[in-house]
Amino acid sequence: MAASETPAVILFESVSHALHAEKLLKAAGVKCKLIPVPRHLSSDCGVCLRIDGADRDRAAGVLTDRLDYFDIALL
Amino acid sequence: MKMIYLDNAATSFPKPPAMMEEMNAFQREIGANPGRSGHGRSIDAGRVLYEAREALAALFNIDDPLSVVLTKNSTEALNIVLLGALAPGDHVVTTSMEHNSVMRPLRYLASRGVCLSVIGCSPQGELDPADLQKALRKNTKVVVMTHASNVTGTIQPVAEVGRIVREREGVMFCVDAAQTAGALPIDVEQMNIDLLAVTGHKSLYGPQGTGALFIRKGLEKKIAPLMMGGTGSRSEFEIQPDFLPDKYESGTPNALGFAGLCAGLKFIAGHSIAAVREKEKQITAAFLKRLYDGCPEATVYGPADADRQTAVVSFTVRGVTPSDAALHFEEKYGILCRPGLHCAPSAHRTLGTFPQGTVRFSFGFFNAPGDAAMAADAVRDLLKG
Repeated sequence: MAASETPAVILFESVSHALHAEKLLKAAGVKCKLIPVPRHLSSDCGVCLRIDGADRDRAAGVLTDRLDYFDIALL
Repeated sequence: MKMIYLDNAATSFPKPPAMMEEMNAFQREIGANPGRSGHGRSIDAGRVLYEAREALAALFNIDDPLSVVLTKNSTEALNIVLLGALAPGDHVVTTSMEHNSVMRPLRYLASRGVCLSVIGCSPQGELDPADLQKALRKNTKVVVMTHASNVTGTIQPVAEVGRIVREREGVMFCVDAAQTAGALPIDVEQMNIDLLAVTGHKSLYGPQGTGALFIRKGLEKKIAPLMMGGTGSRSEFEIQPDFLPDKYESGTPNALGFAGLCAGLKFIAGHSIAAVREKEKQITAAFLKRLYDGCPEATVYGPADADRQTAVVSFTVRGVTPSDAALHFEEKYGILCRPGLHCAPSAHRTLGTFPQGTVRFSFGFFNAPGDAAMAADAVRDLLKG
């Protein structure tokens, strides 16, 4: 139960990819929000998508094969 | 005096009011640097660019919006391809009807050891795909050609050339669609186009300073970027990103312009390219017919057949230089057109109109049907002074 409330973030190569993924996830009904990449995950200045930790597998399922690269990390 | 704008092949005018409204709204309500900062407005600005990619992808049957690179115009898009893909020893094939946006980079590359074949076209400006096929060699890397001539409107057999090039492994097919994006149907899959260069400010009814390059996925590995710099991605590395679209999009983009282009793209999609084409075909046909019937002193270059050309007509009138004619048209009739060589000396050599050039009338979506008759009558009356 606690795990499902832990947010996760999906990291991308660029903001274009993040926007693309946001569109795909929203269309699939996965709740997500674009936020600045937390400093401890990457020194990149871009954005990432915050999702519910419980949605990790679903999100991965939506994005696999549709984006060349993404990485999901728990916050 | 009423103005009749017949220079749509240079840039379309007027634009849909929504284009100006979107640009105004962008600068007032968003105004941030897209994809750089992570705050809400920066993300909204990024969304504008994403929407532009998505709308362009939908228009040209491109499956991945991220393979649409945003540029400042089609010249930049073509330069990315030609300067980025061709090295000394490579062979490149083009046609004699090209604009200088293709010809100048190619002549430069030829001076640096790239082998260049320029395939001659008919006096109407039409390419025979068989001639192009014969010119392909083992080391051919790129075939680059216009979809339609900016001088005569001649529509080239792009789909046939696409089929020929597709059979040759390792050859990239690049199409300059500056004159046709938004005016003629373009399907990158059906036409086997690997690289498509478009401009936003002509038949896509966006503002000047917007353009795009479709790069078929995987080909970014073979094309070096023209510029390098900040992309908002991979900021921790001092090496240019190698993925689409960031590899080719360094520096703050013209987000304001792309907000306007989004409105232009909606305008085109709303009317459908088929409807735009039909409208422009009718006005071109009406002009050609009235010119033929009323002015035997005029010579039309190119197909002189609305089915085989865009809404562009090049002509000369016996005894009058193109520049004198253009001045007369503007002063006496308020007709704005373009005389001369239209940045395409090779095309004019093909047509036999080099170096004096032609007068070019180019119609657009916003021309009234009656403009065709007024324009033809102005040509007829030219000799009356």
